[in-house]
Amino acid sequence: MTGEIGQLALCLALALSLVMAASGFAGARAEAQTARAVAAGAANGLFVFVALAFGALTYACVVSDFSLLNVAENSHTLKPLIYKISGVWGNHEGSMLLWVFVLAVYSAAIAWSQRGGARLTSAALGVQGLLALAFLVFILLTSNPFLRLDPAPFEGNGLNPLLQDPGLALHPPMLYAGYVGLSASFAYAAAALITLERDWAQAARPFMLTAWIALTLGIALGSWWAYYDLGWGGFWFWDPVENASLMPWLVATALLHSALATERTGAFRGWTLLLAIAAFSLSLIGTFLVRSGVLSSVHSFASDPARGRFILGLIVGAVGGALGLFAWRAPHLEGGTSFEPASRETALLLNNVFLAASTATVFVGTLYPLALEALTGTKISVGPPFFAITFAPIFVTLLILVPFGPRLGWRKGDLSSALRTLAPAAGIAVVVSVAILAFTAPRTLAGAGAFGVAAWLIASSAIDLRERGLIRAAALASALAHAGLGVTLIGIAGTTLWKSEALEELGPGETMNVGGYTLRFDGVQAVAGPNYEAARATVTVLSGGDAIAVMHPEKRAFAAEGQETIQTSIRTTIVSDLYLALGDERDRGRWILRAYVNPLAPLIWLGALVMALGGLSALWSRLRIAGAAPSAVAAPAE
Amino acid sequence: MMRKLLAIGFFVFAVAAQAAPAPDTLSDPAQEARARTLQKELRCLVCQGESLDESNASLAVDLRHLIRIRIKAGQSDKQIVDFLVSRYGDFILMEPPFEPGTYALWLTPFAVLILAAGIAIWVVIRARKSPSGEA
Repeated sequence: MTGEIGQLALCLALALSLVMAASGFAGARAEAQTARAVAAGAANGLFVFVALAFGALTYACVVSDFSLLNVAENSHTLKPLIYKISGVWGNHEGSMLLWVFVLAVYSAAIAWSQRGGARLTSAALGVQGLLALAFLVFILLTSNPFLRLDPAPFEGNGLNPLLQDPGLALHPPMLYAGYVGLSASFAYAAAALITLERDWAQAARPFMLTAWIALTLGIALGSWWAYYDLGWGGFWFWDPVENASLMPWLVATALLHSALATERTGAFRGWTLLLAIAAFSLSLIGTFLVRSGVLSSVHSFASDPARGRFILGLIVGAVGGALGLFAWRAPHLEGGTSFEPASRETALLLNNVFLAASTATVFVGTLYPLALEALTGTKISVGPPFFAITFAPIFVTLLILVPFGPRLGWRKGDLSSALRTLAPAAGIAVVVSVAILAFTAPRTLAGAGAFGVAAWLIASSAIDLRERGLIRAAALASALAHAGLGVTLIGIAGTTLWKSEALEELGPGETMNVGGYTLRFDGVQAVAGPNYEAARATVTVLSGGDAIAVMHPEKRAFAAEGQETIQTSIRTTIVSDLYLALGDERDRGRWILRAYVNPLAPLIWLGALVMALGGLSALWSRLRIAGAAPSAVAAPAE
Repeated sequence: MMRKLLAIGFFVFAVAAQAAPAPDTLSDPAQEARARTLQKELRCLVCQGESLDESNASLAVDLRHLIRIRIKAGQSDKQIVDFLVSRYGDFILMEPPFEPGTYALWLTPFAVLILAAGIAIWVVIRARKSPSGEA
């Protein structure tokens, strides 16, 4: 039954998306009030039916209904409830359904908030309807999660144990809330081009901010998971899948800044529209890269081309359509504005210059090897050293320029006054750099420079906040977001510079040393988990002869999936992580233990959290203003 | 179908079973440091985006061992890298070489930066000239 309900709900959602697209575009005309009401109703209906389909699949996973092929292939009766639920989006079909579900949530939010007026909202719903239509067709034709399996097996194949983890249960919904959230900015931009209404950026702002916050947290969660779950203490690998999420974040960041200028003074009107189109296009490209199999190998794409070709066609349609619309209509929206070279506008322009170059770097670094292999058959790797030479200097230059933005006024700023205000921050940065260079090893200019830039970002944010006042949520937003960048940079620099590691084979009672700690190996016990058998080590941490902690790194064997995972044990003091991973048993009772001390590592993700808080305070101030202003059409959304 | 899944399962198990490399370290710290640096610059050929330094795959374990044997035998870093490139191609290098096939890769970031900066300067000059209030 569940499968049929889900299938029916998806078909009804498909029909509603068609209605939503048609009536949404029809409602862009001034007199078409009925069409607008239909579009809004269709958006709500789309949300209800996609939620129903999503609920049906979740229910099937929870009760282990193995008559559904998707559930049989990806679930298992012994899995804990949380992983039965997160397993819904732990596979291709389910994750595409989540994609459409998030799209439906944003569509309903657009319909509900009616931001930017009736015509703009209606055209935006039309665009959302087209996107929902395309993805629902994709799901029903190539990735249907409700296909039956007859006879139903007694047991399912289970979920990759690496994915059975709380961090990775939350990572995909968060990332999708960001990825797909950018569709709202895209839809408003396209709607602005259709209706020629100028205030689209104000209307789209809360959605833009929501998507950016979710993307920031989603990327941080993914990186945190890689850190504690993979067992190597690394946090970013410049893996194509990671890059696919970083590119929309970089462009969304550029968009947030550029849209600020467009709203305030009408500057960069066309460019902001292009960024909104580009941000969502990169989300689509990311979805294509991850979902088509093109990344693991160009050949795996060719072996199952239906999905890849469909998404590729969808990208060409969406991007090509939007750019065509832009070329045709944007000249009607353009309007020059004047500003001095020393102004907030110039600062935002520079922000966009560096973010565009950063995005281009990640883009070629990710896609060049694929293109080269497809065209010439030559395989190359583009790994961290490439990004260290290209991305790092471009992005760090941007970070150095960041504090000037908030200190310069619109249209005509006072650069010398900005310099005077920021001088104490520069002083702190220099002192920090020199201290790092003088008192710590290894002595590297890059390391000292990184700490200096981080200090500069944090100190100047504090100064900016003091000057503009804590009460202004907008000032708080930029100060927190910019300081968060500094906090993350401290984490990256600290763990890269000062990481210490040790790898030893230990018998019971034997010790090893790492980064000032002595670790005593007290043996391994067998422990039974809900769906795995674990070898659980007991390691006593000694510092200066005193036992300060007992840690339990594990190795887990999952019988259902026939896989082993390692469960690291991390003892954090926020300023440093002691990180243990259990390796193989060599001889009887003798095990390999890998230990790392990662100074300042937690700040990497703490910084992302601070950035997200900045985004939240911007969102809060925006909704409060929208709620307070008598002229605003919108009630406070969200 | 089932057989294929089983085969995948066994492959993954075989990879995961190597969860830590043998403590394959050289007694001379300077030589060990060279080995560590080398294995960070070389890619695990069967993994997605991991270096030899971070990989659990058995091929990576073998190559880490091979690097140490050759360092012990007195080979230079360049000789070892050249040998591995002749065997596996440029794919094994984490840092792609700078050669005609990769000029576009290496130069795009800076070309985009210069181009974007040029456009920005043009926009700023134009914005200064244009009469205010046109928007």
